[in-house]
Amino acid sequence: MAAETASGYIQHHLQNLTYGQLPDGSWGFAHSAAEAKAMGFWAFHLDTLGWSVALGLIFLFIFRMAAKKATSGQPGGLQNFVEVMVDFVNGSVKDSFHGRSPVIAPLALTIFVWVFLMNAVDLVPVDWIPQLAILISGDPHIPFRAVSTTDPNATLAMAFCVFALIIFYSIKVKGLGGFIGELTLHPFGSKNIFVQILLIPVNFLLEFVTLIAKPISLALRLFGNMYAGELVFILIAVMFGSGLLWLSGLGIVLQWAWAVFHILIITLQAFIFMMLTIVYLSMAHEDNH
Amino acid sequence: MNINATLIGQSVAFLIFVLFCMKYVWPPVITALQERQKKIADGLDAANRAARDLELAQEKAGQQLRDAKAQAAEIIEQSKKRAAQLVEEARDQARVEADRVKAQALAEIEQELNSAKDALRAQVGALAVGGAEKILGATIDQNAHAELVNKLAAEI
Repeated sequence: MAAETASGYIQHHLQNLTYGQLPDGSWGFAHSAAEAKAMGFWAFHLDTLGWSVALGLIFLFIFRMAAKKATSGQPGGLQNFVEVMVDFVNGSVKDSFHGRSPVIAPLALTIFVWVFLMNAVDLVPVDWIPQLAILISGDPHIPFRAVSTTDPNATLAMAFCVFALIIFYSIKVKGLGGFIGELTLHPFGSKNIFVQILLIPVNFLLEFVTLIAKPISLALRLFGNMYAGELVFILIAVMFGSGLLWLSGLGIVLQWAWAVFHILIITLQAFIFMMLTIVYLSMAHEDNH
Repeated sequence: MNINATLIGQSVAFLIFVLFCMKYVWPPVITALQERQKKIADGLDAANRAARDLELAQEKAGQQLRDAKAQAAEIIEQSKKRAAQLVEEARDQARVEADRVKAQALAEIEQELNSAKDALRAQVGALAVGGAEKILGATIDQNAHAELVNKLAAEI
């Protein structure tokens, strides 16, 4: 255990490996939560970035390997697996999205697999990867969080990309006027032009909140679920640190039970993120609101 | 927990991943899937067609078999009839032949009988004359009594 007290342990586990400008003006790693906060916007969570990029590369490497050897004949084991994933995503996309878009299906596949992989790191016992980081860096106080999706930066980044696509497709399909009209002329409309002008701010407020709620809810749902899940794992891990035999025994049982339940959560959250992305984008493609 | 430039890094990574997936992962896999789907559909089609062909062929074979059987039965029937006819003809012919032979034989017998009767009659005449000669002890002029004797012979 990196920290002596339970609260110290938990705090340590909830801190990212932040690289940014230190108070003295030089660039380096933050050593405490306060220091990381003081770095402001221009700082990087190297653990989040590293793990997510590594997992993304693993995903693309495996799928690319299968895609290169993809044959319409008898598929091998890897191709079978990849095909099941692709077929599943393709089916989900076809169920909710009725237009033709070359972007949505690969986007959904990337989201599903990538989010799933990032979530799946949560099943690794909470101390293993941070301890590994300590061994490699030699710094016993180095903070390290392996589960990228417990970092709101990661989930918000994906959500904002999806949001950008929503805006892009809304404007592409309905035109800029149509998009603005959608934001301002619904849900309240009137034949009288003056009443309509009065209603525009009200409509805009309602529709804008609806629009903004999409990426925010997308990001916060995933982040919240994974953060809470990880926190439960950390709390269970604290039991092992208590030194009491019965509490450690209980911890083992709880750890196992929660991990099993978490398998469902990580898959479900990946699926929800993918599904909502598809739904939002198909809504962006629909002409009438 | 802080929102910082990680956001940008993650966004860039995400976009690159999506682009890569869109360019190099999705198309080959989905093409293979669709091709296989088409292949399977074609295969099923072909199987259906073959099954239908088989059914037709079986029907045809059955029809032909039935035709052949009917034809064979007809031929057998005809040949039986023909055989019966031949037997009948042979029998008739035999009967005619037999009748003819019988008639001929009867005629021959009649003829023999007549000639025998004639011979006998002649001999009876002579015998009677001889007997009378012996009885009378005198020769009777054969020519003078021939008519009487012949009349006698004819009465026998």
